[in-house]
Order: sequence, then C-alpha cells, then structure tokens
Amino acid sequence: MEQKKKILVTGAAGALAKKVIDKLKKDYKIIAIDFRTKVDLGIPVESYKVDFNKRIFEDVFREHQFDAIIHLGRISAQELNRFTRYNANVIGTKKLFDLARKYNVPQTLVMSTYFVYGASPYNPSLLDETTPLKASELTMDLVDSVELENLSSIYLYKHPELHITVLRPCNIAGPGVRNTFSLLLSEKRSPVLWGFSPLMQFIHIDDMRDAICTAFEKNIPGVYNVAPDDYIGFQDAIKIAGSQRIQIPSVPPSLTEGIARFLKWKSFPPYLINYFKYPVIIDGSLFAKTFGFKPKKTLEDIFTYYRSLK
Amino acid sequence: MAKSNTSIIDKILNRNEMDDIVNVFPNKVGSQGYDAWGFNMKNMKNNMRFTKYLYDSFYKVEAFGLENIPKEGRCLIIPNHSGQLPFDGMLIGYALLTNQYAPRAPKAMVERFLPTVPFIGNWLSSVGAVIGDPINCERMLDNEEAVVVFPEGVRGSNKLYKLKYQLQRFGSGFMHLAMKHNAPIIPVAVIGMEETIRSYADLKPLAKVLGMPVAPIVIPWVFPSKVYLYFGKPMYFKNDVHKESDVKERVDEVKAAINKLISTGLEKRNADIADKKNEKK
Repeated sequence: MEQKKKILVTGAAGALAKKVIDKLKKDYKIIAIDFRTKVDLGIPVESYKVDFNKRIFEDVFREHQFDAIIHLGRISAQELNRFTRYNANVIGTKKLFDLARKYNVPQTLVMSTYFVYGASPYNPSLLDETTPLKASELTMDLVDSVELENLSSIYLYKHPELHITVLRPCNIAGPGVRNTFSLLLSEKRSPVLWGFSPLMQFIHIDDMRDAICTAFEKNIPGVYNVAPDDYIGFQDAIKIAGSQRIQIPSVPPSLTEGIARFLKWKSFPPYLINYFKYPVIIDGSLFAKTFGFKPKKTLEDIFTYYRSLK
Repeated sequence: MAKSNTSIIDKILNRNEMDDIVNVFPNKVGSQGYDAWGFNMKNMKNNMRFTKYLYDSFYKVEAFGLENIPKEGRCLIIPNHSGQLPFDGMLIGYALLTNQYAPRAPKAMVERFLPTVPFIGNWLSSVGAVIGDPINCERMLDNEEAVVVFPEGVRGSNKLYKLKYQLQRFGSGFMHLAMKHNAPIIPVAVIGMEETIRSYADLKPLAKVLGMPVAPIVIPWVFPSKVYLYFGKPMYFKNDVHKESDVKERVDEVKAAINKLISTGLEKRNADIADKKNEKK
C-alpha cells in the first residue's frame, strides 16, 4: 500500500489551518504545530505545541520526513509586541526554510497578506504581484509582514528546490476568522472614518481553504494574490453586515491616531488607520488563471453570516 | 408660454427618468454595484440627478459630434480643461451617459491628492473618477472602457481668466497609452466653462502650505454661461515612434484638433449671442 504523503501545517490553532487540515487529512498524513497550544485535531492528526525559534523545533523534522510544509502560522499584529512578532514571523520562518532545506522538504506554501502593499492614496487599483510592497513605509507594525515576504522571495529564487508558493489573500472572512476587518464585521458597533469608505475585497474562509489546498496540490511556485473580482465600500460592508457605524473624525490625521491610541480597540489599531481610508485592491487573476480557481461564496454569503451573529 | 411649476429639487430628484437612462448602458459592476475603481451604480444614479440639472437647466449644454464616440471598446476622450472645479468632466460624462447614439459610462482621470479629501475622494470615485496613475488608465483601456483624460491637468483647469481658451502644456502620457493600447483619441472642446468661475491669481505659497496643487483667488460666484461640447472625429496613432520628440509631435496634432474645435465652438457661441440680440431688437 502506498504511504500517504506527510505534511507539516503550522499555525494549527487558527480557524483557517483547522479547515485546511480537515480537508487534507483524508489523503495526507498531517503533522500540526502551533506556538500557542497543542491543538486537538482528532486521531489521524499528530499535534505539537512548539516555538520555531527553539532547538526542539528541529526534532519535528528529525522525527518526520515531510513532503510539504503549509506555513499558515503567523502572529498577527494584534498579538504580542513588535519585537516578539518579528522574531516569530521572520526569524522563525527563516528557521523553517533552513530546516526545509536541511531535511529536503520539496514544497513549502507560505501565507502572506494584502496588507504588505500598504494603503496609500496613490495606489492604483488592481495591484498585481510585481507592485512594490510599501506597507513598511506606513508603519513599523507591518515590517514583519513585509520582511516575511522578502525572505520568502529570496528563498524562492535562491533555493528553487524548496518550491515555495506565497499566497497574498485579501480580507479573509467567515466563521472563526479573527483578523481586524472580520472582527469589525462581527461587532455590533464598528468604527469607521468620517468621509472615507475604501473599496475592499473579502474572501470566504472556505474559499481560502480551497485556494490553499489547490495551490498545495498543483504546486506551481511563485507569488500570487488571492482575491475575488467583486468589491464593496467598507462603510457599506459594515452596514450590510448589520453593524452600527461609529464615525471617527478623520481630520487631522493626528486626531484620528490619538483617538485610536486612546480607545485601544483591538479592531481599530492605530497602525491600520490608512487601511480605513484608502483602498488596497489586488488583482487575483494570476492565481485564478494559474490554478483554475474561482471563489464559490459571494459577498452576500459572507454578510449573511455576519448578520446572523447579531 | 406657461411658467413651469417644477422646482429645482423636483428636477434633481426625477428618479424614474434617471433609471431609464442608467439602465441602458452596459453594466460592468460586481454583486454590490461596485467596480474595481470604486464606481458605484447607485451613487452614480444619485449624482446624475444633480448633473442633469446642471446640464439641462444651469449650463443649458449643447453637445455636437456625439456620433464620433465609439459605440463600444476602448477610447481616450481628450478635452481642454477649465472652470476651476471639475464640472467640465461631469458635463462630458453626462453627455456620454445620455448619448443617443451609444450611451457609455466613462471614467475620468483626476488629480492624485483628491482621495485624501474626506467625502470628495469617495464621491468622485463612486461616479467614475480614478486617480491619474497610468496603471489605472492601462487597466481600464484593457477593460475596453472610455476614459476621459485632461492632459493639461491643473495647469488648464486652474489657469487665470486672462488665459481663457489658450491651451496650456499637455502631458504626453495619454499619447503613450493611446499608442500602446491601440485606443482611438476623441478630441473635445468645452466652451463656456472658462467664464463660470474666474481666477485672477494663484497664491503658490498658500498652495504649498495647504498641500494643494493650486490656491486660486476667484470671484466667489458661479457666473451663468451656456456650455457647448464639441466631440471631434477619432484620431488613430500607431505604436511606431522611436523618440520622445515624435510623441510630442503627435500630442501637438491632438492639441491642434482641440484648438480647431474650440474655434468652431467660439464661432457658434458668438453667432448664437448675435441671434439673441437680433431677436430682442
């Protein structure tokens, strides 16, 4: 009997990773790791709590010969401080790539974010994958996201044997998702900036799971945006999701930033203020064409879910 | 003749008529009524009610040569720019939307600082304005859209009143895009906007402090003025130039075509004024 391929999935405690594991566990042997907790994912899935930057992390590679890594584990900007995040997300990922090289893992998929492009009033629409990543110009809090991308690109071209695929999704939304903009859709009252309603894209968590699984199974290395070609103004999205909008003064910018620092809302962090003002619309056509991908869930499906929470 | 009882508000809020107009042009928006540049069908309908009032009642616009606008496919609409505020773009947009030969919802390239202004940035993009980045224009041409570009930029719209109907320096970006994307250029003359808001000075140091491209000193009044729009025949340019001076020659060709349309428009306006005077006598 042919042995199942073995995959390492990082960030196993996250909602997206759980969905990916659930979909792949029938056909693959999954080893799940997370720095936060040992996740109970049922009998066929081995699970570990491990920090990438500790020596013990290598034991996972010594014990298992992986056929692929799906690297979804990232400390988001809402969690921990900038220094810890940088260590975990950038230095930790470097460690992961180096171990992948040392133990001859032939495929790695890395999860990034559209935040790396930066929200600027001068952004053209439909940013493609060759657009410079300007997020770190705006805030030091997104430096780790941009550095993670740069690191992945260096390894992608310097070590083609790793077959690295980087996915840059738009806002992921749906059950269990805890990123900034999904939190805003789920709250009863959500802050918006007075006079600004940037255009946004949302992808349902189930579609993102399918995008990851497709990219993993087809294994065509490169950097890809993942987003539907459907759009909505942010303030409309908040309204349709059934949330009440709280208008925050938008001028002068220093006042907005002061309010954000004072309120300390998890869903309205000062470093993301520009994302509440200016659109970052990404072009997902390369991914759609390369992998034959088309999201199944509509924006209405996403908003119906958030309305049902209220 | 009986005086109409219709108020300005009634004229602006004539909903059914707008629906009839908007529902005929091709709909390229997503499930929530938006396209990738923030154009929004619902907002555009609302805006059209206001523009219709400006077009029909305030500026009493007469448009000529609308049959020159391609019924479909990519094209660049290249007008002279005037009037301090972007009303010339709105009137051209309305003329295209209600074009009896082939209605089209055009996009218009606008100044890059506009998205930073609360409400204005969102409102402009919802009615088809897009920041003037060549990447945006390329994408829209690839999307087979009609794109309005003002090659004079603020040099034209915010020029002093004494320079009226004198074309200012044209950027050459539109010509590069037309050649690269094989898009016909429709030269356009706008007559009448120059007289509506008159600028007598530009306070450059104040503009610098405010972070704005210009700080015009204007008479705070919109003078009523009949507006004429002249759409010229499409101009085609092959992508076969070898140096920038060749591009400049082609830009000058377009400029000359617009100047010719401006002369035609001014003659027509003078003739209309003379006719009115004769009628009064």
